[in-house]
Parts: sequence; structure tokens; C-alpha cells
Amino acid sequence: MLNLSLKKLSQALEKKEFTSVELTQFFLNRVKKLNPSLNAFITVDEAKSMAMAEKSDQLIQAGKKTMLTGIPIAQKDIFCSEGWKTTCGSKMLENFISPYDSTVIHKFNDIGAVNLGKTNMDEFAMGSSNETSYFGPVRNPWDLNCVPGGSSGGSAAAVAARLAPAATGTDTGGSIRQPASLCGFTGLKPTYGLVSRYGMIAFASSLDQAGPMAISAEDCALMLDVMTGHDEKDSTSLDRKKENYSNFLDKKIDGLRIGIPKEFFEDGLNSDVQKVIQEALRQYEKLGAKIIDISLPNNHLAIPAYYVIAPAEASSNLSRYDGVRYGYRTKEYDDLMDMYFKTRQEGFGDEVKRRILIGTYVLSAGYFDAYYLKAQKIRRLISNDFKLAYEKCDIIMGPSAPSVAFKSGEKQEDPLAMYMQDIFTISTNLAGLPAMSIPAGFINELPVGLQLIGNHFEETKILNAAHIYQKNTDWHLKSPKGID
Amino acid sequence: MSINKEEIKKVAHLARINVSKVEVDQVEKKLVGILALIEKMQEVNTESIEPMSHALDINQPLREDKVTAKDIRDKSLALAPHSEQSLFIVPQVIE
Repeated sequence: MLNLSLKKLSQALEKKEFTSVELTQFFLNRVKKLNPSLNAFITVDEAKSMAMAEKSDQLIQAGKKTMLTGIPIAQKDIFCSEGWKTTCGSKMLENFISPYDSTVIHKFNDIGAVNLGKTNMDEFAMGSSNETSYFGPVRNPWDLNCVPGGSSGGSAAAVAARLAPAATGTDTGGSIRQPASLCGFTGLKPTYGLVSRYGMIAFASSLDQAGPMAISAEDCALMLDVMTGHDEKDSTSLDRKKENYSNFLDKKIDGLRIGIPKEFFEDGLNSDVQKVIQEALRQYEKLGAKIIDISLPNNHLAIPAYYVIAPAEASSNLSRYDGVRYGYRTKEYDDLMDMYFKTRQEGFGDEVKRRILIGTYVLSAGYFDAYYLKAQKIRRLISNDFKLAYEKCDIIMGPSAPSVAFKSGEKQEDPLAMYMQDIFTISTNLAGLPAMSIPAGFINELPVGLQLIGNHFEETKILNAAHIYQKNTDWHLKSPKGID
Repeated sequence: MSINKEEIKKVAHLARINVSKVEVDQVEKKLVGILALIEKMQEVNTESIEPMSHALDINQPLREDKVTAKDIRDKSLALAPHSEQSLFIVPQVIE
């Protein structure tokens, strides 16, 4: 059962080689054994997962099986799941049991996938190292002294250490792709609006997007087939025909035009990472692709604009945590104001508070035009850069992260150094483009990710390019030592 | 543009977050750094550029205003830190 692709697991369930109950128990046992050292899960509920597996086996028996029926999936603890604790990595929601299912969870439940548990994450998805979680840091399975990346660090460690065959994540500025790069597996952030945000705890609503985290591009395509689709309950969900993402994986990539932005290879990129990326590009040339030099001249403004837009939206979204209707409330208070102030002081961690303060500042009277409006204009410049680039190329490639996994604690006291982790991923969130990270090599036994960025709605194109690469290389099949 | 201790206190008040004197000192250094990073935006002229709020420039869709989730009162109240007689209880606001 270990290291099997989702398709192979599905076929084995179909042929009754094993049941969903056996498969789920197998992964729950792995969680039991390895989670104490990784801290990848916040909530594991064996009884609930096993009950779901039994139901899935009944579906399979009744001939109602679809591709992911019976397969255990680890769910990022940002997705509301009815009856499950849903904490978003925060003390504020430590005891919050969701009264309803998010659309993503609903879709997985609907086809009879099994919820394997809720994975650890940076508090309210704010972080790039999974060190801001109230429930403690997650360790990187490749080196327990290193961070797994963030914010979807628990899902990342779970997939990398094979505690789950696949997981969900969310990506506001790189939170699927950077951990995929640092933990050596495949992760995809879809076009903004493709996956419903209903019941996905909001950080920065105009940027947040959920996506799959799994071993291969093929696995990600199968996950995406379940996760996407228009949803009336999310006003930013796109009303367009649902696509099939797993049908075009094997298309030849002869003549595929790969754009390489020169800005992705300037300051800030580790030279060893650069070598790995260049080697991957040579591999693509061997497979028939053409490399084309392009420019994204405003890329250096992506981080500044992001650190206005994301905190501004966060300060508004997180105003709901006031200790009145749900979540944490301080123990002692004099009056209503005192209750608000203490509840939010005690319930939020440092990074979340910093971002709320920045967001409140840039939205406050007198600063709106200079910061928020300016950032939205720069957002358009960045989006226009991509539009021009896609006149010359089919997909864009570069590094996913500026370095391999770094040591725990190394950047914790320096928010700016931490923010630079997302230097290659943020611009695609601002432009709403789909992008993936796939394993492309190693530096001192730590994985390096190659980023593939597609034009809007061209998930099939990047999945196809990733799949062809994975058919000709085996970087994505490598797994860390000590997890057997 | 930079931020000082007084402004941090003002912003913290707007955000309804208590910050102790020690926290103000710690926060100040970090916020000054973040604002310096943000300041880079001023390097570029954006005079004729339209602001972008949705990545695909899509407008808000409208739908009929009808109840879809019924009988969720008790379920919702059960989540509250303090509720009585179908009400969310907060400290007295009006004398």
C-alpha cells in the first residue's frame, strides 16, 4: 500500500485486493508511529476515519465506486469539517468543532473518500515554515532539524513521509508550492476561483485558493477532478464548465514553449538551486520543449504589494474573532471592550497580530490610497506582465523557492527573511494563475522544486508538462530515509 | 512613511488588540522593517493604472435571497462561549 499512486490504490480497491478499512488502518498506523516526531497532524480521530472507510467499502461493494472512493486523504485544518475540530492552527479556534462541511470536504465525502485527519499549519495560514502554529512546529521528514515550509506544512510532511497517499492544502502566497518544494513532492495551486472557498477559513480572500498535494502530477490531476467546480456558496467561484484534468496527461510536449523569466534567476536565488533548475530545463529540451527568454519586470514589486493586500484582507477577515459567537473568549474582563481586547491579545499569535496591525494601518484613514489602492494597481501591472509573457510562451518555469529547507528557528525572528521564501510564488497568486511545484533534484539530500506556471485555466497544460517530466525522471518517487 | 509607538497603539486600538509596553517595543522594530519593504511600491508610477481587486476582473454575482440552511439556531448557539435562552451573552453594554 505504501508508495502506490492514487490510480493503483483505486485499482486495488476495485479488484478487492484490500479494503478501504485495511487501507485506512494502514495509514492510521503510520500516523501513530511517525506523527510524534513530525507533528504533521493536529487532529486524528481513528473511530471517525474507520467509520468513513466502512461506508466507502459499502459503496465499493454496491458498485458505486469512483476514482478516489475509499482512499484516505489528509485534510489541512483550514477546511471546516462537520463534527471535526477545525483549528486553523490557532488558539482562537482550539476547541472549535465545525457545525458544517466546507465545499472541499463535502466533495471528498460525497465520493466516499476517507478523512484521515486534520493537518497542522501556520496559524491562519500565515507563515512559510509552519512555526507559527499554536500546536507546535512541523518537522521536515528529510531532516527533522529543518522546517517543512508553510503554511501547509502538516500536509507537506504527511505526504512526504507517506502518512497519507495525498493531502489538501491552500495557497495564498505559496503555501502549497513552497512546502512541496521543501518536502519533495508535487503540489498544485489552481486558477483563482476554480476551487470553492466556502468553509475554508479565510486569510486573504482575493488570493486564497485550495489545491492538491500528492506524490505525482497524475495524483494531483485526480484530486483536482474532485475538488473543482462552480459553487453558489462562494461568490468568487467561477461559473464555467468543469474540466477533466486527468485526460490530457500523456500528450506529447514537442514544441512546447517554456518561458524563463530572467527575474527568477537574479538576486536571492541560491546558486545550487539554480543548477538543479537549469538541469531540469535541459531535460525539458531533451523532451522536445523550446526554452524562451522572457521578462516579468514588475516581479520585484510582488512581495511589497502582497504585504499590503494580504494583511489588509486578513485584518478585515479576522475581525470576526471577537469571543462572542464562537472560538476563544478570555477568562476575566471588566466590560465588552476589555473582553474584545484581551480575547484577541490572548487568542492570536505574534505573526497573526503583526499582520492584523499592518493591515489595519494600511487601511486606516489617510493611508488607503498610498498603500491599498497603490498595491491593487501594482497587482494589475504584475498581471499585465504575465499576459504579455504568454504571448511568447505556453508555460513559464523557474524555481519554486529560493533555497532548500532551512533549519528550524533560523528565520523565526526575522519576518522579512521569512517573507522572501515566497519571492517566486507570490506573483502568481496576485495574477490568479495556476502553478505547480514538482521535485527536480536534491542538494545535500534536501529536495528542490521546479515551478510550472500556466495561463488562466491551463491546469491541463502544466499537469501535462509535469507528468511527461515525471515519466522520464524519478525525482518525485524518492522518499526520505527512516520512514519505513 | 514609517510607524512610531504612538501610531502602533492607535492601530492596535482600532484592531481591538491589547499590546503591552514590551510588545509595542518588539512590534515597532518589525513593523518598521515591513513598512520599509512595502515602501518599494512608491518607486513605480501607477497613475493611469486601474486597481485590480479580483484576479480575473469578475464582478460580484447576484442570487435570490432565500434560506437554504434551516434550523441551525441551536447548533450555532452551541458554539458560543456563553449563551442563554437562545441569545449570545456579552457583558452589559447599556446601563
